[in-house]
Amino acid sequence: MGKDKKSTSGIGSAFKGFGADIREIGTTFAEGDWKTKVSFVIMGFGSLMRGQILRGLVFLVSEILFIYYMASFGIGYLKDITTLGTVATYTDKSGIVPITVYGDNSFFILLYSILSIFFIVALIFLWRINIRQNYMAEKLLKEGKQLPTIKQDLSSLLNENFDKTLLALPCAGVFLFVVLPIIFMICIAFTNYDADHQSPANLFTWVGLENFKNLFSMGSSGFGSTFVTVLIWTLIWAFFATFLNYFLGMAVAILINKKGIKFKKMWRTILVMTIAVPQFVSLLYVSKMFAADGLVNTYLLKWGIIQQAIPFWTQAAYTRVMIILINVWIGIPYMVLMATGLLMNIPEDLYESARIDGANAFQMFRKITLPYMLFVTGPYLLTSFTGNLNNFNVIFLLTRGGPQSMKLTGGAGYSDLLITWLYKMTVDDTNYRMAAVIGIFIFAVTAVISLSVYRLLPSVKDEEGFQ
Amino acid sequence: MANTNKTSSKKLNQLISNTITYIFLVIISIIWLFPFVGLVLQSFRSYETEYGGMVNYFLPKQFSLDAYKYLFVAENKFLRWYGNTLIIAVVVAIINTVMVLCVSYALSRMRFRGRTALMKFWLILGMFPGFLTMICLYFLLKQFGLTQAGAIPGLILISTASSGMGYYVCKGYLDTIPRSLDESARIDGASNARIFVTMLLPLSKPIVIYTALVAFLAPWCDYVFASYVAFGYSDSYNVAVALQRWVWTNDYQGYFTRFCAGGVLVGIPVTILFLCLQKYYVEGVTGGAVKG
Repeated sequence: MGKDKKSTSGIGSAFKGFGADIREIGTTFAEGDWKTKVSFVIMGFGSLMRGQILRGLVFLVSEILFIYYMASFGIGYLKDITTLGTVATYTDKSGIVPITVYGDNSFFILLYSILSIFFIVALIFLWRINIRQNYMAEKLLKEGKQLPTIKQDLSSLLNENFDKTLLALPCAGVFLFVVLPIIFMICIAFTNYDADHQSPANLFTWVGLENFKNLFSMGSSGFGSTFVTVLIWTLIWAFFATFLNYFLGMAVAILINKKGIKFKKMWRTILVMTIAVPQFVSLLYVSKMFAADGLVNTYLLKWGIIQQAIPFWTQAAYTRVMIILINVWIGIPYMVLMATGLLMNIPEDLYESARIDGANAFQMFRKITLPYMLFVTGPYLLTSFTGNLNNFNVIFLLTRGGPQSMKLTGGAGYSDLLITWLYKMTVDDTNYRMAAVIGIFIFAVTAVISLSVYRLLPSVKDEEGFQ
Repeated sequence: MANTNKTSSKKLNQLISNTITYIFLVIISIIWLFPFVGLVLQSFRSYETEYGGMVNYFLPKQFSLDAYKYLFVAENKFLRWYGNTLIIAVVVAIINTVMVLCVSYALSRMRFRGRTALMKFWLILGMFPGFLTMICLYFLLKQFGLTQAGAIPGLILISTASSGMGYYVCKGYLDTIPRSLDESARIDGASNARIFVTMLLPLSKPIVIYTALVAFLAPWCDYVFASYVAFGYSDSYNVAVALQRWVWTNDYQGYFTRFCAGGVLVGIPVTILFLCLQKYYVEGVTGGAVKG
């Protein structure tokens, strides 16, 4: 926690650090010997000359690779970033044989430009380390000490610098498959990349805030009303999915934990089946069970309880209630698994003394069990709420977002969450521009809720509360 | 006299309340198990004499293995899809576990510059919806030839590349292992790598199993990326994509019992595995939830 304080005092100290950096670079250049000075242009030169072959080679090779990449590849894309390409690919039919003339491709221009910018930043960073290396090496030599050998360098990767060894691969993976795509998609939100602008045949370009305006425009072609409908349902869904499961799950756990109830393990195992069986099997089957020609409707008809099939999946209100109910079926077991262990942690004598004071079961639950559980599982409630905001599987496997309606734009249905709507726009409509905008909004909603609730959590505010 | 009356009425009360609880639990169990029983029963319905689609009765009139026989015919590709999923699941489970352990050790045991910044940055990254980046990932994979025919390694790459971000539960567990243990080892001259491999790894067996289990289960349910990356190339489907298509395509009527049979074949091994390792799963879930 102490570390957090340092980073929250933030921007000012960052600038101060930056200033100190610049000064150090200056003094290194001014006071350094010729090896150091050459290192400012040829990275790793100083290290190589001082016998630190491995370090020097790492710097030198990365500089050469960078220059090669930029010259042969990066510059070609980076120069087009302002327009995202001007020459579309087309087929020249003037000759006897049609020839495809290849032009620009907006997609790759954007993607590789972002990548190139990252490489530039990375090189500047490396360059800075390279200078620091020279500075340190000179200092060590002046003090008459030995420079670390290759062997020492390598073995430090298993000890003092073990964190770098461990984190190198995960960080690279996260960068290439998370950071880069996210930045790319954020950029897409400011372009007109959709079904009509599929590069390379039809290039797309920057359109500024047009997509965001479109999301909030209430007109017939705008996404405004649909967005509001979907957003409200997403929040309602997340609320019920989280709290209904939480309380019902706790209730079932308390029942199973009750004194005198036998076969506790068996009851739990039965419930756990819904976690163990892959959801696409169980949910698809349940979805078919409630279809118009599914088991439930046909039996109710056969027994004469209803005259017409209940429109479980074709009427918005039914669908929404059904989804929440079926989600209880999926969600209770998680809560039971978790609550069982936690409930047993509550000291038995608390209940004993409450009983002597004449408290009934409900009072004991309200005054002892619930506060304890809320305190301990606060973070869980938060993560499960944000998880439910993005609960793709339950919605998609049960209804695919339906029932659809002409009143909703963008292919949305009445049970669509923002996340399933995003999926539909990407896969069905190839409306990437709006998908990107919605993605940004999902992020905003998640971030706002997480950050604001996190500070209110009792277990965060008061860590010692229940100990 | 009054005293015995009181205790006996208390016993009676307890008996009543327990009976109600039992009734309630039995009802719940029936609701919970009903779909699974239904699934198994439907999968045994005869295709020859009855109908392969949805019917309006619960018990099949005649038990047969028609649906299962269909699955085991090689040109129907079910075995291939099953194999695909199994390969992805096993490889992903191994790589993810290693990645998560590496990240967790670094973040739990070592203090380096940018540690909290990295954790905050990853936390924020995690708030972006995963599907947002689908198109971009698709084209990235396509550049390397890892879509359609190469979808299996492609999917493995996608699932493992960012797995380091899921370190929370594992790090939380490592945090509970006293630091004095590795400090004393360090005094004896052990390097960080040595402490990690020979000391912490054996101690974190439950969390290793939990991480591997979760990573193993995920590919069985992966529909979104799997269908997008394999796009139209049926040899690269996994079971989730394939069975989903059986249900949702227009002639699902004919494929309904086959879907049920496939579901049973997928469900049984996964369920058994899960029930065997349930203890570790509970430990992971509870630990992760309480720590946040």
